[in-house]
Amino acid sequence: MTNSPTHEAITRAHHEEWARVVASLASRFGDLDVAEDAAADAFVAAVEAWPRTGTPPNPGGWLTTTATRKALDRIRREGKRDAKHRAAEMIRDDTPHTPTGPLTDDRLRLLFTCCHPALATEARVALTLRLVGGLTVPEIARAFLVQETTMAQRITRAKAKIKKARIPYRVPGPDDIGARLAGVLAVVYLVFNEGYLSGTGDEPVRRDLTLEAIRLGRLLRALLPDDGEVAGLLALMLLTEARSAARFSATGELVTLVEQDRGGWDRDLIAEGHRLVRERLASGIRPGRYQILAAINAVHTDAGSARDTDWSQIAALYEQLYAVSPSPVVALNRAVARAELDGADVGLAEVDRLVGTLDRYHAFHATRADLLRRLGRSVQAREAYDRAIELTQNPGERAYLTRRRDQLA
Amino acid sequence: MTQYLMAVHGPEEIYTTGHGGYADEAEMERAFAQTGAFNKKLQDEGYWVFAGGLEAPSTATVVDGQGDQPVYTDGPYLETKEHIGGFWVIEAPDADVALALAAEASRACMGTVEVRPFQGDPAE
Repeated sequence: MTNSPTHEAITRAHHEEWARVVASLASRFGDLDVAEDAAADAFVAAVEAWPRTGTPPNPGGWLTTTATRKALDRIRREGKRDAKHRAAEMIRDDTPHTPTGPLTDDRLRLLFTCCHPALATEARVALTLRLVGGLTVPEIARAFLVQETTMAQRITRAKAKIKKARIPYRVPGPDDIGARLAGVLAVVYLVFNEGYLSGTGDEPVRRDLTLEAIRLGRLLRALLPDDGEVAGLLALMLLTEARSAARFSATGELVTLVEQDRGGWDRDLIAEGHRLVRERLASGIRPGRYQILAAINAVHTDAGSARDTDWSQIAALYEQLYAVSPSPVVALNRAVARAELDGADVGLAEVDRLVGTLDRYHAFHATRADLLRRLGRSVQAREAYDRAIELTQNPGERAYLTRRRDQLA
Repeated sequence: MTQYLMAVHGPEEIYTTGHGGYADEAEMERAFAQTGAFNKKLQDEGYWVFAGGLEAPSTATVVDGQGDQPVYTDGPYLETKEHIGGFWVIEAPDADVALALAAEASRACMGTVEVRPFQGDPAE
């Protein structure tokens, strides 16, 4: 039944309804364990029932009803405490922050709980992928290259902390929502980058993770359509993902932005990303970090060829980004833009100033190597390539850097 | 409602080097005044259960009463550089409230604060 219509319906329902089922059960029973197990049970039931009965007209409703029944069965069978008692276990705030609308969506409560600042970052990521994304524990373990038992423990421990420390199942109030939402976005971007930049593993890009992060980004966008950084992060991920097919050659070697076959870029994703960036520009509201990064990617994906890239705009955007997020990595990227605009020597001078903080960062040495090569300083370029190769685990990047180094006279 | 422990840890030297580990007399007095104001807030707003500062770890005695005769050992239980120096027990509706109070407590006493929930639920 791998490609049967029912199988497709179940896969689609899993993508579209998993978070909703978990969130609504967590709300009703006040217990993430019960919600997770019952949601999983409901999907198992769907796999058994739907091929016989056909896909129900309202798959989400069917799944929620079935999951609720499974949860009640489970609670009764385990004979622990009645559902009413359980309902008191997790703290939730029933007063809606807005009378109607997305802020009352249970999935948003679920996201804020999974990404609570009292949980370690790795626990936030794992919980979000399991409870909101619906990935299985083995899938998450594989994605982060840890043992299944380790990942299962991480998730169990996080759920236990939520319960024992009474981490609430709630959308934060207006005073806290800004900082807390930034935490949620950071988790989503971390998942994306883990897929996109994965420094280890055999695959240069792990699309299961990039696509999952984009799904989470779309969910956030649906729940918080007016938030600029939510739109910015989604646009950033779309415009990055759009180029991923062209980012590695047939032999698995990294292809830099300048050398990429732009015909291989995904035009639909680019169009969607550009729409979001334009929407934010039209808002006239000062952009945050993700929106500026999205705008930079919009400029890149707007150019028909590398030569047509509007580097002055990119340099200006990095300047703006540095003002809101003054990190050495941003300064490195700004230096790359300046090199295009004012010459490799100007860029190199700026890059060299960052050696104190970025000496352990492979992209710093790769950037230096490229600028030195362009300036004809082959001996120093070779040393920089060596250092970059030494510091990266990604096989595609290693292959690219090695070829570049070996092309030097 | 859940009860939470908010514990402040610090090196043993704070008891021996004067000024309670603070930079000088003035800073120590500022921390005491701030902590007093914070305690009053906890009481006024109904979070307060109990709080206090502890004497130096060198005043501690470890007692093992599991054998025929109790065994008394001079000094703290853990051989460590950092010891618990004081704590609050508060009652709060959830972790968000407890963590926000802990942030205030930390600012007031000028130290980091560990928050841990107590077992069970006294309200039920």
